[in-house]
Amino acid sequence: MGFFFETLLGGLLAGTMYSLVAIGFVLIYKASGVFNFAQGAMLLFAALTFVSLHDQGVPFVLALLATVLVMIAGAWLIERLVLRPLVNRSQITLFMATLGLSFIIEGLAQGLMGSQVRALDLGIDDVPLLLGPLMLSQFDLIAAATAVVLVTVLALLFNKTRIGVSLRAVADDTTAALSIGINLNRIWQIVWAVAGIVGLVAGLLWGARQGVQFSLSLVVLKALPVLIIGGFTSIGGAIVGGLIVGAAENLAEVYIGPLIGGGITPWFAYVLALAFLYIRPAGLFGERAIERV
Amino acid sequence: MSAADPILQVNAISLSFKGVKAINQLSFAVARGEICALIGPNGAGKSSLLNILNGVYRFDAGSIVFDREAFQRIDPLRAARRGIGRTFQNNALFKQMSVIDNLLSGLSRHTRASFIEQALGLPRARREAEAHRQLAQGILEFLELQAQRDVPVGNLSYGLQKRVELGRALIAGPSLLLLDEPMAGMNAEEKQDMARFIADINRDLGTTVVLIEHDMSVVMELSDHVVVLDYGRKVGDGTPAEVQADPEVIAAYLGVVH
Repeated sequence: MGFFFETLLGGLLAGTMYSLVAIGFVLIYKASGVFNFAQGAMLLFAALTFVSLHDQGVPFVLALLATVLVMIAGAWLIERLVLRPLVNRSQITLFMATLGLSFIIEGLAQGLMGSQVRALDLGIDDVPLLLGPLMLSQFDLIAAATAVVLVTVLALLFNKTRIGVSLRAVADDTTAALSIGINLNRIWQIVWAVAGIVGLVAGLLWGARQGVQFSLSLVVLKALPVLIIGGFTSIGGAIVGGLIVGAAENLAEVYIGPLIGGGITPWFAYVLALAFLYIRPAGLFGERAIERV
Repeated sequence: MSAADPILQVNAISLSFKGVKAINQLSFAVARGEICALIGPNGAGKSSLLNILNGVYRFDAGSIVFDREAFQRIDPLRAARRGIGRTFQNNALFKQMSVIDNLLSGLSRHTRASFIEQALGLPRARREAEAHRQLAQGILEFLELQAQRDVPVGNLSYGLQKRVELGRALIAGPSLLLLDEPMAGMNAEEKQDMARFIADINRDLGTTVVLIEHDMSVVMELSDHVVVLDYGRKVGDGTPAEVQADPEVIAAYLGVVH
């Protein structure tokens, strides 16, 4: 039984890493109805910028601040150059634009900072930690704690500030938000900047685990099942979705894996997502789309 | 009715959708401080006209003078900033948000503290948040919505939702308030309440009101000025009494024997 809980908890902790990636998507999807394919590229770009600065001898905190500023500037540029000209276009147009954007960001990252794998040391030892009878990864625990802090900050931002009210207003009804004088362009800039910063946090944690390299941008593909399970419009859903995917992957690998020769982790999340599409297409916490015909 | 100091002047405005003229060479003026009702049969272009006035639709020809400033085109954001508030025919509230948050959202354009100041809870942001909360509290009391303060708007009755929407437009302190069927779907008591609120807003705050309403008894009682539309044209313009006696208006409403 102890082994089961260890597997489960390990999976849940690993799942928070997925949640971190998924939250970036949810933020943008809620505020602008765009599935931002470039989220992975933004995550890579953020991690790479940080590592490049850090490697040049810039102190940790300074490099972090500089990267945050870069992400804010990036959000401003994206809003100006990509979103604003395409306002009122169809969702698929915007999706294609973010697809293009992801290539531009990756190309930019490669051009500016090179394409070799960089090691990122956050000073966290990835050693097993004994908590009573359970053995857990210290790194996973810190990643999970980071996710909790991040989500708390976001929740405070959304619920306790005036800008938060505007953000929720835009997410709820864009036309109404415009007519009461909410500046949509500014809200988009803020949301993309926040998504960029969330991407930075996720990028650092993922980068510390796998090395900062181009495959990092592929974590978007892992976020997809998380979003399908949790729902595209709920931050809570992104968290729960990530936890479910993490736990299910770990449990499946241990308990189903041996039966079919292992190697389940890469695809199990997608099977799970497919099952959710059958029984609950809007996800656990998503808004069911009710369309008038 | 000729206004000495019109807050709003619509000059020969036209709007068409794929060749169908929704508004045709329409001109009228709204005097500062009056309640002006737009009436007319369904499809007469009343809602289209409101959508033009706050910039949701862009008109094809003509011009608008609002508060002594001429516009060839205006967008919703600019309209809100210039002091045009509005409500919608099919409520456009933020349904998942509480009543108080819906009201506060109406103050977005008055927020001066930056995002960073708010995120960090710096003094200016906190002072502003407090001032806004007090304003919202005042609106809650005025519209008798204190009991619903923290209820998600989606859970309220239609009549109460209309009231919240009025409050959200009102809190920004508009000089011109556009109300699209503020009493639609209400029972007699709710209608009376709403009529009283509108009259109070107009009298106490001096807010000019342009409203669309189908209930003629309400229109006649509430408004200083009535503009009658039919097929996108103006067929009547005057005091309620004048309009009621106008043969062309009667023809538009009751049909005419050919």
